[in-house]
Amino acid sequence: MLCENCKKRPATVYVRRSINGVTTEAHLCEECARERGELNFLTGPSFTFPDLSLGSLFSSLLDHLPVAPGGSLLTGTTLRCPECGLTYGDFRERGRLGCARCYTTFREQLEPLIRRLQGGLRHAGKVPRRSGGALRVKHDLETLRRRLKEAVSREAFEEAARLRDEIRALEQKLKGGEGGV
Amino acid sequence: MFDAEAVFTQVRSAWLGPGPNSDIVVSSRIRLARNLVDLPFPSAAGKDALAEVLSRVRRASEHLPEARRYQFLELGRLSPLDRQVLIEKHLISPEHAREPEGRGVVLRDDETVSIMVNEEDHIRLQVLLPGLDLNAAWQLANRLDDSLEQQLDFAFDEKLGFLTACPTNLGSGLRASIMLHLPALVLLNQAGQVFTTLSQLGVVVRGLYGEGTQALGNFFQISNQLTLSQSEEDLISNLLALVGQVLEQERAARSRLYQEFGNRLVDMVWRAYGTLTSARILSGNEAMKLLSDVRLGVTLNLLPHVDLGTLNRLLVLTRPGFIQRVAGQQLPPAERDVRRAAIVREELLGKNK
Ligand SMILES: [Zn+2]
Ligand SMILES: [Zn+2]
Repeated sequence: MLCENCKKRPATVYVRRSINGVTTEAHLCEECARERGELNFLTGPSFTFPDLSLGSLFSSLLDHLPVAPGGSLLTGTTLRCPECGLTYGDFRERGRLGCARCYTTFREQLEPLIRRLQGGLRHAGKVPRRSGGALRVKHDLETLRRRLKEAVSREAFEEAARLRDEIRALEQKLKGGEGGV
Repeated sequence: MFDAEAVFTQVRSAWLGPGPNSDIVVSSRIRLARNLVDLPFPSAAGKDALAEVLSRVRRASEHLPEARRYQFLELGRLSPLDRQVLIEKHLISPEHAREPEGRGVVLRDDETVSIMVNEEDHIRLQVLLPGLDLNAAWQLANRLDDSLEQQLDFAFDEKLGFLTACPTNLGSGLRASIMLHLPALVLLNQAGQVFTTLSQLGVVVRGLYGEGTQALGNFFQISNQLTLSQSEEDLISNLLALVGQVLEQERAARSRLYQEFGNRLVDMVWRAYGTLTSARILSGNEAMKLLSDVRLGVTLNLLPHVDLGTLNRLLVLTRPGFIQRVAGQQLPPAERDVRRAAIVREELLGKNK
């Protein structure tokens, strides 16, 4: 499309103005738009952004999941969660799991997907007290050890001493068995 | 006493008040996804299982710190307008209200905390604070999660972390979001570039109002993309570092606008203010666009008598559900536009007279 103003250069700027409910549109080249003072500013910017959403990435990954991983077509699509009854085929279609047990049932199929989606397969966040058990203590230990390193490198020796005590106490707790957690 | 009606008829949400960097940042949100270990996820759950989740979470919420400040609402017992108001206040999601039966929400009186029950996951715990205050939002969310976890057994795996209905939320189950107003980057046509860069750095950007890829009023929400393999603190500090850059870019764009287009900018801002304080008919879209212009003007001290808090309140007051709920009835769009204009005039002029 050519610029509506000079009719020479290609139109690259779309100008849309809305005044008192009356909308006017124009397709202009950059020079004419600039001349008319309409480049981007005061034009009701023609701003749209590309779909960069998580959902679109996820559904494209789902689309590339094999129909029947690690087996015949039959065993693949009919692999079924004993807890909620969801099949692998259902998951591929909806992108949602049916229950916590699904993660065990479909682990082999899910892990490559999760790795690509999440960039890794190692939880590094919060661990719940009730279902987390000894893992929670190990996790706290890791955090404390990292902070100790930082404290030492900052030469914050009082803080480091305090952290060392905390670490020792936790290590005792861990040795004391899961019951102490 | 808890005024159960107030949430539907008053705009008193703490997140609309003043906060750090409120010239650009409207609010900060932390959302944690959790599921009960022994019940199917909501999309696969029958009526009984959904009811069981509701009652367990409701009971657990009675042990939250300051439990008296919370009320529990069953979405199925609310009118469609009530549900729409909760959506417009960002207290529940549109997906949550789509099939209201068997869904519920626990709300704190200042609307800082909402716990969605049986959304995509059994529990979506949300903390919403004004301005750029993500760390405080995380600390509160973490405490509330600890409290819920004392009463409930959450589905958890050593490797995959908290188990969620969709693998995009696995691990921490944490989605941190910042709601930003970026008018200058949009006016100078730099927003697209900024967002493309952000998306390459593991951040998701979406328009907060408007449909599809249109961003109405230049409000955007920026969130972390990944949820697994990093601690909550790391996820949050990464997001904050990127948001800090966006703030710098928006501030630079605002001062460039002012220096290069001073007269036009002043004109644009005052025209918007003039229309908002004079119009007798205002569509939702027009109101949003004009509020964006006025908001920019206020942060540049071009409209010193207008208060940012008032503009934030208008973001909720001018939404169609809220207008109708306050009117006490469903209204056709033309009627809403008349009421919207009256509400805006009253908010902007009423207080100075
Ligand atoms: Zn031209
Ligand atoms: Zn299952």
